[in-house]
Amino acid sequence: MTALLELEDVEARYGPIHVLHGISLTVEEGSIVTVLGPNGAGKTTTLRAISGTVQRSGRIVFAGRPLDRAGPAALVRLGVAHVPEGRGTFSELTVWENLRLGAYTRRGSIQPELERVFSYFPWLSERRRQQAGTLSGGEQQMLALARAFVLRPRLLLLDEPSLGLAPVLVAELFRIVRELNEREGLTVLVVEQNAQLALQAADAGYVLEAGRVALSGTSAELRADDSVRRSYLGY
Amino acid sequence: MSRLPALATLLAVAGVVVALPFLLSDYNISLAAQVGIFFIAVLGLNILTGYAGQISIGHGAFMAIGGYTTAVMSRDHHTNLVVTMLMAFVICFLLGLILGLPALRLSGVYLALLTFALAVSIPILPLQYTTFLGGTGGVQSSTTVSNTWVYGAAWAASAVLFVLAWLILRGRVGRAFRAVRDSEIAAVASGIELPVYKTLAFGISAAYAGVAGSLFVLAANGFAAPSEFTVELSLLLLVGAAIAGLGSLWGILVGAAFVGLLPQVSSSVPVIGTGHGRDVVFGAAVILVMLLLPDGFAGLLARLRRLARA
Amino acid sequence: MATAETSRLGGPRNRGAALGGGVPLVWVLLLAAAAGLLVGSLRSAFFAQLTIEGLAIGAVYGSLALALVLVYRATHVINFAQGELAMATTYVAYQLIQWGLSYWEAFFATLAVAMVLGTVLEVALIRPVLHRSVIATVIVTVGLFILIDGVVNWIWGGDFKPMPSPFGTKVYDVGGVAIPKLYFGMLFVVLVSAALVWVLFRFTKLGLGMRAAALRPAAAALVGVRVDRMLAIGWGLAAVLGAVAGLMAEPSQLFLSPTLMQQILVYAFAAAVLGGLESPFGAVVGGLMIGVFLNLMVGYASTISSDLHLPFAISAELQLPFAFALLLLILLVKPTGLFGHREVRRV
Repeated sequence: MTALLELEDVEARYGPIHVLHGISLTVEEGSIVTVLGPNGAGKTTTLRAISGTVQRSGRIVFAGRPLDRAGPAALVRLGVAHVPEGRGTFSELTVWENLRLGAYTRRGSIQPELERVFSYFPWLSERRRQQAGTLSGGEQQMLALARAFVLRPRLLLLDEPSLGLAPVLVAELFRIVRELNEREGLTVLVVEQNAQLALQAADAGYVLEAGRVALSGTSAELRADDSVRRSYLGY
Repeated sequence: MSRLPALATLLAVAGVVVALPFLLSDYNISLAAQVGIFFIAVLGLNILTGYAGQISIGHGAFMAIGGYTTAVMSRDHHTNLVVTMLMAFVICFLLGLILGLPALRLSGVYLALLTFALAVSIPILPLQYTTFLGGTGGVQSSTTVSNTWVYGAAWAASAVLFVLAWLILRGRVGRAFRAVRDSEIAAVASGIELPVYKTLAFGISAAYAGVAGSLFVLAANGFAAPSEFTVELSLLLLVGAAIAGLGSLWGILVGAAFVGLLPQVSSSVPVIGTGHGRDVVFGAAVILVMLLLPDGFAGLLARLRRLARA
Repeated sequence: MATAETSRLGGPRNRGAALGGGVPLVWVLLLAAAAGLLVGSLRSAFFAQLTIEGLAIGAVYGSLALALVLVYRATHVINFAQGELAMATTYVAYQLIQWGLSYWEAFFATLAVAMVLGTVLEVALIRPVLHRSVIATVIVTVGLFILIDGVVNWIWGGDFKPMPSPFGTKVYDVGGVAIPKLYFGMLFVVLVSAALVWVLFRFTKLGLGMRAAALRPAAAALVGVRVDRMLAIGWGLAAVLGAVAGLMAEPSQLFLSPTLMQQILVYAFAAAVLGGLESPFGAVVGGLMIGVFLNLMVGYASTISSDLHLPFAISAELQLPFAFALLLLILLVKPTGLFGHREVRRV
């Protein structure tokens, strides 16, 4: 399996504040990789560095192509979808409009793409005209995922999907993510607070602390690791 | 401005101010007086926008009120002109407090629109109450003063009001203002009575504008009329405050000089002709300055200081 | 945004108090007002005349208000130069006509010029400062106000210029009420323009992108929307709507002069706030309402002041302060206007 995404010594900052101090990680095609760590470790910033929405330096290679100056629009075309923290759905727009935005970079009809999305999220089809803000938190998260999937990206960047959701919904969400991964070959890089769930779903993971990679390995390795168990798995 | 320039610098400035009337022509003295007048108004507005974070495009209305106070009191009661200035200060302070009340409920663009409404409506009042306020014909004070008098009064008042502002801002009130500006929520959480300080900021800035208005009318030969206090005046004040930026005495001086001098100076631009050339040059200058120095002159000074330190 | 919730998010948006059947109060009031106008018009030809005239001029206010709202929604800035920009583009039309174009040729050419001008202004003057300081951006629009005024006066002078009326001088007789074709024309042009803009926003991908960019620029950027470009187009469209306002305003003032839009800007502000600064629909409705209200007030001025024993006479000049009294009232009572729903109150 080849590495779909490679980060080499990536640094990132918000103005004068440096958040990432040299992150290196690899995401194999077809795998689910999780990024764990405490608040402020730079997990969200890592995703932002990839999608080009924060000032960054270092090497980022996607499917063999370096992403030096690529902004978010270019990334969508290359096949990277980013579901940000807080979902990034447009509450004032309808479900359909949100989905249509997911395919913004594509001209013309997106009927086949929508059909595929509805096959994974059948209930969305009935709620097309509903205003996204009137959906429940869990439903909005699903909508965000659906929107990211409209153009069948190769890589999905998922930021804290479980935030604010009841456990039942979170489980359902991860089930769909795994389904997309298995059936569509979607590679996923997911940042998560809920380490338990993340390590169950993922193949491999990285633990970030203070802007650096503290630990990495397969999810089995991480689950067995003492410090991970104590800090993030609670036993 | 919470940091006072060195005493030596202040004395030097004072020296220049005192010496100028002896060196300049009468016309230039009147220009220098205008700068002093705008200095007071921009200083007041700076307290409101810069320190308390409230926006106002209506302070020309307070200048109008102050100016009319002077003209009417002088015309009807032959009041001493300096006394009328004090009256303008007090009246506008109270009216500013009153304006501060609705301002409590609004923020940002809504407050801007409210004050804009004020700027347009107040100057129309004289047209309705023609007997008292003179209508379009305006009100003429009974005594007039020379340009040098206005110059002296303007800069003397500037000095006094500057010291007053400095005292206010370095004290508890000033800290409260800054807290309000930076985060209203945090301010309330620390027990600061928001309404009190917000209205206070309005009152103070209005009082300053009132004094400036008095002097403005005196500079115009004691003649107060609606045509003197158009919306453009309020916009001019805002431009002056923006160019001044926040937190620098020099900034306020530059801002006042910009709006006090540039319109006059640009009317002598050849080729384009008078009135319109003035607008073209002034408008372009405003745009250019804002593009280059969005944080105003004070921002520029801060940047230079940082560079000097590095 | 960490709220643990399993139930609906907030429920249907609270668009203000609703009556029994869930119909928002605003609509009930509007329908009542419309009914009142209709009844009045049927009973008095004078009333009908004032109403139609008010609607026509209100359409102009609404068009400029719509421009203000578009700009505000996209960039959160009040463009103080919107009126002067509209005036300048009207002068462009004047010049094109002087050079031999027919009115309607000049009309559409001017709209194109306005589009370009609006976009260029946004890119050149607004974009550089927008992220640095909102107040600096507002001052730039103020500077633009002054600059455009100067330039127009310089190029064309301040005297009155005659412009052909796009709708001729025909006057229709509708049930005893004399209505100039001009009024119908004004209403028609403005409503069609507003409708076209609405179609753009609702049904095209570009419109969706513009809405997304205005609502949540960060999220929009993530799906590939070129937010900067959307803002520029927004300004261009606003300039076009302003041009429509100017072109429709001119015939009612008989001559073209640089002061064409200065008072109208004031009414447009009031209309935009009345309708809700974020609501395009509100802007148009607000404009129509203010147009009708002010016209009725002026028309019945003498009767009103004597009946109410007011200490002063309500003259046409009082329209301006009345608009502002209205603005003041709205800002105090319901700043979000009739159709807005953003929170405007601070702590």
